Amino acid sequence: MIAYVIRRVFQSFVVLLVVGLVAFSMFRFVGDPIDNMLGQERTQADVERLRTTLGLDQPFPVQYAKFLANAAQGNFGVSYRQGRPVATIISERAPATLELALVSGTLALVVGIGLGVFTAIRRNGVASNVIMTTSLIGVSLPTFLIGILLIYVFSVSLGWLPSFGRGETTQIGGWSTGFLTASGLKALILPSITLGLYQMTLIMRLVRSEMLEVLRQDYIRFARARGLRERSVNFRHALKNTMVPVITVVGLQLGAIIAFAIITETVFQWPGVGLLFINAIQFVDIPVMAAYLMLISVMFVGINLIVDLLYFAIDPRLRIDGRHA
Amino acid sequence: MSQPVLSVRDLIVEIPTRHGLLKPVDGVSYDISPGEILGVVGESGAGKSMTGNAVIGLLDRPARIASGGIYLNGERIDNLSLAQLRRYRGKQIGMVFQDPLTSLNPLLPIGDQLTETIQEHLGVSGGEAHNRAVAALDEVGIPAAKERIGSYPHEFSGGMRQRVVIALALCAEPSLLIADEPTTALDVSVQAQITSLLKRLCRERGMAVMLVTHDMGVIAETADRVAVMYAGKLAELGPVREVITSPRHPYTDGLMGSTPLASKGKRRLHQIPGNMPRLGQLPDGCAFHPRCPYTQDRCKADPGPRLKTCDGRAACWFPLDGAQAAKGVA
Repeated sequence: MIAYVIRRVFQSFVVLLVVGLVAFSMFRFVGDPIDNMLGQERTQADVERLRTTLGLDQPFPVQYAKFLANAAQGNFGVSYRQGRPVATIISERAPATLELALVSGTLALVVGIGLGVFTAIRRNGVASNVIMTTSLIGVSLPTFLIGILLIYVFSVSLGWLPSFGRGETTQIGGWSTGFLTASGLKALILPSITLGLYQMTLIMRLVRSEMLEVLRQDYIRFARARGLRERSVNFRHALKNTMVPVITVVGLQLGAIIAFAIITETVFQWPGVGLLFINAIQFVDIPVMAAYLMLISVMFVGINLIVDLLYFAIDPRLRIDGRHA
Repeated sequence: MSQPVLSVRDLIVEIPTRHGLLKPVDGVSYDISPGEILGVVGESGAGKSMTGNAVIGLLDRPARIASGGIYLNGERIDNLSLAQLRRYRGKQIGMVFQDPLTSLNPLLPIGDQLTETIQEHLGVSGGEAHNRAVAALDEVGIPAAKERIGSYPHEFSGGMRQRVVIALALCAEPSLLIADEPTTALDVSVQAQITSLLKRLCRERGMAVMLVTHDMGVIAETADRVAVMYAGKLAELGPVREVITSPRHPYTDGLMGSTPLASKGKRRLHQIPGNMPRLGQLPDGCAFHPRCPYTQDRCKADPGPRLKTCDGRAACWFPLDGAQAAKGVA
């Protein structure tokens, strides 16, 4: 078990190195940051001096090695555009994205699993069929369209909810939270629905089909034949068996919620990391882009590791080094 | 004779399909007394499992009980609601399925599966349920039951798992056990252990057992009486010795001829020509007549006679006597 974890962590590092390399080599084609940083009035000497200061005159492998060495110490360099350390900028922006992701992730998980179980148990009911049909919208509409539709209905037409921003935030230590004010909570509603809707419908459809499969199994029939209550059969016996395949997809989808917050943050002008990334691309702010990509890949690798460990927790058949070995 | 544990009266199970109504179980009647093992035998699709499922109320839709009655210890149970029936399942009627590898929830320790069943039906405390679970495993012959109670299903062999399944089916002390092909998925040597276990439990507890199988050998070793089913109907019903040594329905006769029995010595196994008709394509008259070596005109015109539990043994217009049976085998 421990050997397995160590091996997985080691593999994760290799993955991160490769991601960093790919990201870094791609940045060379995005454009030249010097163009954006110096205005029209510049001399060739200014350009050369800035290039040397930023280390952009060095060969690619050297740049990459330096980046890795600094990143390992939590130093992601200085933003070209803002002239402040990238780590500081990201840590200012992270609470907005993480709170948004937390709310929409919880929404997607709770509603997705709940509706999935419901539609599986009441397979032929009217309500199930309505939910299944409606869920097609969630799966097939692109995120930005959902966002714009929601803004149109609830902000423009009804005027109930704000169409952009985080509302009032409260500062707790280094963390700015929108959970503590009414306007902050109201501002969370539309973006989190927009961000979580796809994941919610996906989880729901997945849970439903897995659950239907499990309900056909002999041990469910046997549980019924033993006179157990429906609730116990459905939740204690069926749902737990449903979870094994569902966890894989759910884990990756929750990662996707943070990674793809970019679109939602753009639509709602949400001051999070995703919006920061979009602006960084426009400005060819390489340190910010690199830090963001590394952050996202660390997150995905971490989620994958957690998912693999959850398998062990749920399925006893995988604990091969248990007592009977 | 004491009151039977299970009485099935003129049971008809039907499945509505696009091509009309199918009757996988058609007018079946039998009794099982306490301490008795009734073997139900027949080819695949003869309706034997369907009968068992109907008794415990586990028919898969759209199959449903169309008419007839099922009585458990004198109480009618076929018209109960699902919630009422649930109280009988496990508590009064235990059921064992064919494949022990898939009958147990792979993610729960066997002890948890036992205690949840015990607590559901007997309403005892957790500690008491645990003790009873150990006792139940002990009774079915799981060695070191106390240590094994926390084990997961995959840590047991097939035969041991079937013992666990039997312990689960019997832990709330039902008066009737329905065993649906309990030995089919097991090795022959393990089969014998499981059948003798069933016999022992039946005798010790005075429990009625309905043993559904297609294996005439298992029936011969285990059952007290045997019900032979063909195309949803009972073909023959009687004490197992008599049915085996002198079958009276031509189908039973054919079935015996095709079963290798040590008592009959070396001989070429007989084969019943043709296949059992599909439910949608039953012939007029007796369902067995196209395959029957003794068919007469009446068999083609009139449906086979209803077998009454009390009198006649074979549902046949022209039941065999001993001499004919010997000829049929030869």
